[in-house]
Amino acid sequence: MSVDADTVRRVAKLSRIALSDEDVPAMQEELNAILGFVEQLSEVDVSSVEPMTSVTPMEMKKRKDGVTDGDKAADIVANAPVSEDNFFMVPKVVE
Amino acid sequence: MTDLTGLTIAEARDKLTKKEISSIELTDAYLGAIDHANGTLNAYVAVTPDKARAMAKASDEKIGKGEAGALEGIPLGIKDLFSTEGVHTQAASHILDGFEPRYESTVTANLWADGAVMLGKLNMDEFAMGSSNETSYYGPVKNPWRKAGSNADMVPGGSSGGSAAAVAAHLCAGATATDTGGSIRQPAALTGTVGIKPTYGRCSRWGIVAFASSLDQAGPIARDVRDSAILLKSMASSDAKDTTSVDREVPDYEAAVGRSVRGLKIGIPKEYRMDGMPEEIETLWQQGIAWLKDAGAEIVDVSLPHTKYALPAYYIVAPAEASSNLARYDGVRYGLRVPGGNIAEMYENTRAAGFGREVKRRIMIGTYVLSAGYYDAYYLQAQKVRTLIKRDFETVYADGVDALLTPATPSAAFGIGDQDMAADPVKMYLNDIFTVTVNMAGLPGIAVPAGLSAAGLPLGLQLIGRPFDEETLFAAGAVIEQAAGRFRPDKWW
Repeated sequence: MSVDADTVRRVAKLSRIALSDEDVPAMQEELNAILGFVEQLSEVDVSSVEPMTSVTPMEMKKRKDGVTDGDKAADIVANAPVSEDNFFMVPKVVE
Repeated sequence: MTDLTGLTIAEARDKLTKKEISSIELTDAYLGAIDHANGTLNAYVAVTPDKARAMAKASDEKIGKGEAGALEGIPLGIKDLFSTEGVHTQAASHILDGFEPRYESTVTANLWADGAVMLGKLNMDEFAMGSSNETSYYGPVKNPWRKAGSNADMVPGGSSGGSAAAVAAHLCAGATATDTGGSIRQPAALTGTVGIKPTYGRCSRWGIVAFASSLDQAGPIARDVRDSAILLKSMASSDAKDTTSVDREVPDYEAAVGRSVRGLKIGIPKEYRMDGMPEEIETLWQQGIAWLKDAGAEIVDVSLPHTKYALPAYYIVAPAEASSNLARYDGVRYGLRVPGGNIAEMYENTRAAGFGREVKRRIMIGTYVLSAGYYDAYYLQAQKVRTLIKRDFETVYADGVDALLTPATPSAAFGIGDQDMAADPVKMYLNDIFTVTVNMAGLPGIAVPAGLSAAGLPLGLQLIGRPFDEETLFAAGAVIEQAAGRFRPDKWW
């Protein structure tokens, strides 16, 4: 399978990465090189094989559903590019 | 006085305990070496001299009071992927500009609890995506090794290129690193250092910037096998903050160094003999086999039939997980923000400016293989192949094999700006062909220097172990090290 220019634009949109028109052909070529390389997986017979969900045979640990931490609003927003009164600030999303 | 940076961790520990040297002297020696070399080698992206001296002073006091920890006063470099409280943590990416976490990763917290001293943060491929350390926003790291009679700059491997170069050039006593597809073992092999990726779950991933969560593991890069064992003992732990962290006691790894390999069954997987593999890699491999045989190990030929599918499966699984993990970099919570006409444009502009080319490529591949209509053909197929890869290893281990011996990399270090690699992403990916299977199966693997190429560059061998049997790797790795000798680059920087 290979991707066309429109698919590259659509995937960029889904990835939330701005991609200029002049960058599309190079990205398309690189993605197709990788997709061409992984193509060989289709020749493996995987009938009756379970997909891997955990590489170590262990049950996921679950902690007690209780408060273990908190009251750190200032720490949480400390690295934000823009914040105000311990809120993250973003461009207006609702008109 | 002799150069203190020449001491291994074990040697420095001994001298510190006997109070022949102080941690302040040792730390100052490293800070001086970094000051002199880093402009050339570019191994550190941030140096923390004040913090280092404060930690060293505290260590000297503890040693004075007889309260020394296992790594008391030992100066280490930390890969930029580990969160360090109040200190530069950017995964060598532009998108995390200015990020200084308010928390400490579990692995580094373990090291500081044992008394280690932080020298600074080490360069790496951006978000650990790369095999040459050339994708870093901070520019490439230079390998302290050069070809004999040449002054061309070589890559140190990646993604932990800064860690490997700093250890090889004696700019730290040892370093932390991480390995998702070979990022500890490949740079270790290319710089003549020792690197171990432990079993998945052995080191906590908490506070390590995530790349591909089902594959990422932390481990050390060190000058010799003993030092790598000392470091792993401190880095590993059980951690309630990482649900994949294993509840198992951490063994005394150092005790395994020097343990006999007599009677161990070492498997030689025939699928690791690749077409077009340089003769000198094959020769090195045969030499390693002979050394282990001489030490009393039994050598058996084994087959891991799905080996060739590990790398293509990895290039579906790893980007898929990365595309999800890297969704958090949106210009809202940390790092870079590039404005746009609306919030979606702000996200898109931030991510376009903040991520480098390799990272964008992998996010897009991951997004594509997870998108509606393609999930089954790519992602599900890859996860089924991954089951088969793991089953190959399980079958061999069930037959009584204790560990496997393979080359660590398909070649020695290549030049910075290699045109073939730059033109074709897949060529670069092939660097990890011998290491990536180990991540796919969650197993431990160690790279040990075993010789020099005809051009005079270091080459490594890899030992792959059973789950949580790092001790056998340290024992067998020490046998190779003993036979091969130590390798040091001639200082040109």
